Amino acid sequence: MSLTLTSSLAKTAGTEPVFHLENEQEHAEGGSTMLGFWIYLMSDCLIFAMLFAAYGVLGGNYAAGPAPKDLFDLQLVAVNTSMLLLSSITYGFAMLTMEKGRVAATQAWLAVTGLFGLAFIGIELYEFAHMIHEGATPQRSAFLSAFFTLVGTHGLHVTFGIIWLVTLMVQVWTRGLIAANRRRLMCLSMFWHFLDVIWIGVFTFVYLMGMLR
Amino acid sequence: MNAHEHASHAHGDIGAHGSLKSYLVGFALSVVLTAIPFWLVMTGAIDNKQATAIVIMAFAAVQIVVHMVFFLHMNTTSEGGWSILALIFTVVLVVIVLTGSLWVMYHLNVNMMPGLHDMRQMP
Amino acid sequence: MSDSLIKFIFGRLTWESLPLHEPIVVGTFIAVALGGAALVGALTYFRLWGYLWREWFTSVDHKKIGIMYMVLGLVMLLRGFSDAIMMRLQQAIAFNGAEGYLNAHHYDQILTAHGVIMIFFVAMPFVTGLMNYVVPLQIGARDVSFPFLNNFSFWMTVGGAILVMMSLFVGEFARTGWLAYPPLSNIGYSPDVGVDYYIWALQVAGVGTTLSGINLICTIVKMRAPGMTMMRMPVFTWTSLCTNVLIVASFPVLTAVLAMLGLDRYVGTNFFTNDFGGSPMMYVNLIWIWGHPEVYILILPLFGVFSEVTSTFSGKRLFGYTSMVYATVVITILSYLVWLHHFFTMGSGASVNSFFGITTMIISIPTGAKIFNWLFTMYRGRIRFELPMMWTVAFMLTFVVGGMTGVLLAVPPADFVLHNSLFLIAHFHNVIIGGVLFGLFAGIVYWWPKAFGFKLDPFWGKVSFWCWVVGFWFAFMPLYILGLMGVTRRMRVFDDPSLQIWFVIAAFGAVLIAIGIAAFLIQIYVSIRRREELTDPTGDPWNGRTLEWSISSPPPAYNFAFTPVVRDNDAWWDMKRAGYKRPLSGFKPIHMPRNTGTGVILAGLSVALGFGLIWYMWWLAAASFIGIIATAIGHTFNYHRDFHIPASEVTQTEEARTRLLSMQG
Repeated sequence: MSLTLTSSLAKTAGTEPVFHLENEQEHAEGGSTMLGFWIYLMSDCLIFAMLFAAYGVLGGNYAAGPAPKDLFDLQLVAVNTSMLLLSSITYGFAMLTMEKGRVAATQAWLAVTGLFGLAFIGIELYEFAHMIHEGATPQRSAFLSAFFTLVGTHGLHVTFGIIWLVTLMVQVWTRGLIAANRRRLMCLSMFWHFLDVIWIGVFTFVYLMGMLR
Repeated sequence: MNAHEHASHAHGDIGAHGSLKSYLVGFALSVVLTAIPFWLVMTGAIDNKQATAIVIMAFAAVQIVVHMVFFLHMNTTSEGGWSILALIFTVVLVVIVLTGSLWVMYHLNVNMMPGLHDMRQMP
Repeated sequence: MSDSLIKFIFGRLTWESLPLHEPIVVGTFIAVALGGAALVGALTYFRLWGYLWREWFTSVDHKKIGIMYMVLGLVMLLRGFSDAIMMRLQQAIAFNGAEGYLNAHHYDQILTAHGVIMIFFVAMPFVTGLMNYVVPLQIGARDVSFPFLNNFSFWMTVGGAILVMMSLFVGEFARTGWLAYPPLSNIGYSPDVGVDYYIWALQVAGVGTTLSGINLICTIVKMRAPGMTMMRMPVFTWTSLCTNVLIVASFPVLTAVLAMLGLDRYVGTNFFTNDFGGSPMMYVNLIWIWGHPEVYILILPLFGVFSEVTSTFSGKRLFGYTSMVYATVVITILSYLVWLHHFFTMGSGASVNSFFGITTMIISIPTGAKIFNWLFTMYRGRIRFELPMMWTVAFMLTFVVGGMTGVLLAVPPADFVLHNSLFLIAHFHNVIIGGVLFGLFAGIVYWWPKAFGFKLDPFWGKVSFWCWVVGFWFAFMPLYILGLMGVTRRMRVFDDPSLQIWFVIAAFGAVLIAIGIAAFLIQIYVSIRRREELTDPTGDPWNGRTLEWSISSPPPAYNFAFTPVVRDNDAWWDMKRAGYKRPLSGFKPIHMPRNTGTGVILAGLSVALGFGLIWYMWWLAAASFIGIIATAIGHTFNYHRDFHIPASEVTQTEEARTRLLSMQG
């Protein structure tokens, strides 16, 4: 409902004030969805901020255990980062084909995105397993607790994103690119790119800074 | 279907205005902004660790902005300006919480953790 | 059955988990069981289950959800207040070597439960309920932005409450105080289920609260009637907007901190432990980053209530609307810069303490500005001392004292003497009871006619009022004195017999408050009996100024037959002055969301998940978790969640109102 409509009403109203519209348009379905999801993402950002704060405060407490230098494999992290970044661009391509209404192309790009996401999770699980095998468990020190929780929470978010992506692929397959599905794809798009933004923070503050300490 | 697209555009949605060019530019910038920090740390090209840290943090900040603009299509008009307002408010709070916690915890650790100081010398 | 199978099925739940050796708990259980059985029996006998499910539990109507929140708050108030009376009684008698009637194990649970319940399951639901009911009506909307999420949020709050109440009869509750500081709350010092009940109850309820915050922000931003610019919104809507911003910006902090505490307890991480590099002080720091905005979440909506009530019952436009808005926004932002004042004594040193002490004093200024605005609104107004106005005046006199003691505590050297003394307890009860609770009563009496179509009985309302106000002063002024004399909080027995008289006076105050609560319940009962006499046929019983008074009491499901167009502040007042005539024809079909049971199911599964995690019944936790995911995904496959109210039905409803109004003359 635009305000320009009412100001024009006020001008043409003459002496009779108008307190309701004869022919009101229904609110567009899902009109609040994008803003609502964005605000949810901001709240999620705050959860990550807390985990970053915990990492910032506790990240130097090695408790005579392994430190970042002993554990982080920057080459592996670089590969992981590129998986996530590639998944971001392929999701972008999916959005472009979605806007053109091309169902098959959209599904294809979504599938590629999902595969990159799975690669990211796979590599991360491998990294975690390796660290734990070396004795660098989340229980070993506050640094490791904070590390596993921060990076693990990000990984959990990516996992949920992949589940959501598969669900949406099913829903697009059965109902096509209807307005509701487009809204959902746009929300997942925001979610997906947001996770990449968080990852920028993770690889910078956890991995790169960790090697610099 | 076009009417729906236009309707969603009219509401100023985020994500409704990407173009192939913007995604590719964003991607290229992100690759560069990621590769350089990794290279700096892996090769130790800058002697000073503190300087390296500041440089890679700056690169991270820039890359976050790149993501916001090219992937999340952040602008001042989407949702009547409420999107960017929410983002700015969140960023302000994150800065307060992070710097505040680091400042507070640093002081608490120095004053209250055993072995780090002589109580008689405390102000 | 083999031992290991029993252990697998029941986790650490055993027969010993039932507190059969605590006579008070057993007695409570019998009373609750009998009352519960009577209620269930009555509902069954009168065949009300179907009605309850269809009309209330599965409703996505913000009005119904708002009322259910208020019912939840009221029920939990009775529980939280019972804890309070038990504590007052114990503290009044435990002198001269007497142990009182509560042992430490029990007493510590009571004081923890009292705080947790009052903040999370009384104040928050009441405040959320008011905002839910009133805000869409004030902005001329038909519902909130996300009606299903609204229903889900309510049931998650109920889920948290169920977990807390369950802890009374199965296992035990935390004995750590309402914020569960480590290392006491770590697994080493609290190996039992109490802290786990605490964590999961708050996590479940927290999801509901956060989503509700997102919901109301979007509602206020996106669904205002045409012409209602931000600066034409009612002040209650403004304070609701800021409150919900605070909710969305603070509850994630609580979620993260409790998750970290949970990881410490369940997985053995070292966030807040004393060894392996952990820092219990970090918990205190993080939890108060949530905790301070939380208290503003509680009070800001009630500031909005006072604005509405003052202007309505003074017959005047609110003085200083713009400064009220700015004051609210400033409070919202500043509330993130003061959190350390809750732990001045933890040892961060002079520079840190001074900074936060100064910011704490600064934040009192916008609140002061609000008080002046209310006073200036009343000045030269034609004041009607109806019950909401009485509560408002009581608030002004009571809350200001509490605010002043708050500014006193903001001075770090003073706080070093008074921290964790009864002075602190008196301060925050002063502002919470004087501000939040008095405001809730003002709001409940004010908006009750709108919700139910009849006013509340004034006589019993006044009885409740005087008992509460006098009772509060008797209950808490002695605590200020005791605090200044150095008495610590959370004490169960005392050595110094000269203190006893103050505790006895405080207990007397608590008894008065109990009578006040009873009078409130009687007020509701009497009002329902006398509802024909107390009826509100016009929908505008107080000569109100905002849009909710333009529709019938109670409103139809769709709220507004035509979305109003707004020209000015106090939109309804403006309409009345301009000789507004209700449209009598031309009604269109109205688009509405459908009811759904998914919220109840998801919340029920969340309670099961919490129970499973608390008792180490991992199969239950896993099954519930998968159930939640499956239900949530399944729900998204339902694309037909709306319907239209036919124009004929709208016409019928509106014509019925036309007839009712014409009978008033």
